[in-house]
Amino acid sequence: MRESTIMKIHYGTALAAVALVAVHILMRLTQGFAESLEYESVLANYKFIPYAIMLELILILLAVHGFNGLRVILIELKQGRIYEKAVSYGCLAAMIGLIAYGSRTIIMTNMGLV
Amino acid sequence: MAQVSSISNEQSPTAKSITLKILRYNPKHDESSQFMEFDVQYEKWTTVLDVILDVKKYFDHSVAVRYSCRQATCGSCGMIINGKPKLACFTKISELNSNVVTVEPMKNFPVIRDLAVKFEKLFDSHQKIKPYLIRDDTELVSDEKEFLQTPKEVEQYIQFANCIKCGLCNSACPTMATDSSFVGPQALAQAYRYVADSRDKGKDSRLKMIDDSHGIWRCHFAGSCSQVCPKGVDPAMGIQLLRGYMLGFSS
Amino acid sequence: MPQDEHREGIGGMINPTRYGIERVAYLLMRLSGLGLLAYFVAHIYETSNILRGQVGWNEFLELTQTTGGHIFLAIVIAMCVFHTVNGIRVMLGHGGVGVGKPARPDYPYDPASQNYRHKIGIYSSIVLAAVATMYGLAVMFGE
Repeated sequence: MRESTIMKIHYGTALAAVALVAVHILMRLTQGFAESLEYESVLANYKFIPYAIMLELILILLAVHGFNGLRVILIELKQGRIYEKAVSYGCLAAMIGLIAYGSRTIIMTNMGLV
Repeated sequence: MAQVSSISNEQSPTAKSITLKILRYNPKHDESSQFMEFDVQYEKWTTVLDVILDVKKYFDHSVAVRYSCRQATCGSCGMIINGKPKLACFTKISELNSNVVTVEPMKNFPVIRDLAVKFEKLFDSHQKIKPYLIRDDTELVSDEKEFLQTPKEVEQYIQFANCIKCGLCNSACPTMATDSSFVGPQALAQAYRYVADSRDKGKDSRLKMIDDSHGIWRCHFAGSCSQVCPKGVDPAMGIQLLRGYMLGFSS
Repeated sequence: MPQDEHREGIGGMINPTRYGIERVAYLLMRLSGLGLLAYFVAHIYETSNILRGQVGWNEFLELTQTTGGHIFLAIVIAMCVFHTVNGIRVMLGHGGVGVGKPARPDYPYDPASQNYRHKIGIYSSIVLAAVATMYGLAVMFGE
């Protein structure tokens, strides 16, 4: 993938994540911070499908943005074909792993498998 | 740290003195670099290059420094002066407001000896971005006129044509500090200089060349390059405007 | 890195003292980005405790509902707000917005790209991060 395409995705995920994370935080504040973190409240959030979809989107957006940011920092610190390939594939693998791990929580909780 | 004291015996009544610290290093036989100190006289018009040449003349002729025009035109005498990249011929001792002036070779360039650094990588990167007008009709036929431009069209790039390839921007750039493959602010600003030129038709090939993992996207708009440019080129502006083309903000 | 390259290295990259507020913003942007990524990974792990049922969730929640946990979260808020606001500034800058227009430079060559709009953007992101942190602390310690 061309670097310009990757960076356009980087900017796009940032803007979309800002909007969705704002909603996520506002949900904590409107419910009362401590109350919103109680087990039943969190469970209800996960079971509300639009909210679960939003959490999944935030997970994907931030994982893509965050691990691409890490890739950028790492390839600027050290150079070399093997090192750069390892960084790129390592970040991609970490991104996929985190999305899979987070999605497991969202899907299982949403389906009531807790 | 070596210490050499002043030998000047004909002092002007307006002359003041400072300590000049020069970082000495010869990669061929020195294991590490070390500062040598010299007490030198200066007047209010004396430049850093002048005192370095005084040191060569009176104290130690083996100090290596590259210079030529002495008027900020050739771009040869870039060095780190009191921690910041500057042209030695364009920096007066009096404006540094310090009794100690430290000079070191430019960072992010391999050292040849003492204050002289290798410019091969800078020139290679500059060459890579094709620093010339690209057109299909490169050869002018006899009845053809020169390529005319309006003053507005000239304003689009003339600032960037002031680049003297002194390398100060590359020395100040935070990405260049660690990324040896980064094309650098000098070459990127020059890419913009030609892309913005209404006579040039090589935009696509230049944008393609700088669109890689160590190209334009490794600039993070820290702006240090523009702060040290002695010719007002403002590479940070050129790079962002160039990126504007790639992001679709400019056509 | 070969010695003969004479690169400044990480020390030079992260040194914020020589080139004004823009270089400070560059450093804070990197640090906050790395901090937020670390928090994000930890947050995903933290929330996965809901799969352990009410007991597991409450156990983990107790760890975060402490003074230290609240201060940690306040730092995350600061990083998040700074990274967002400064990120929008940088993104606009990357598109060539607010970086000035090319013109014949006049001595002493003040670079147009390092203008008040971007400086205001940087200071605003720092101030907003501080305000959001204080609000966050008030919310967390107020309950």
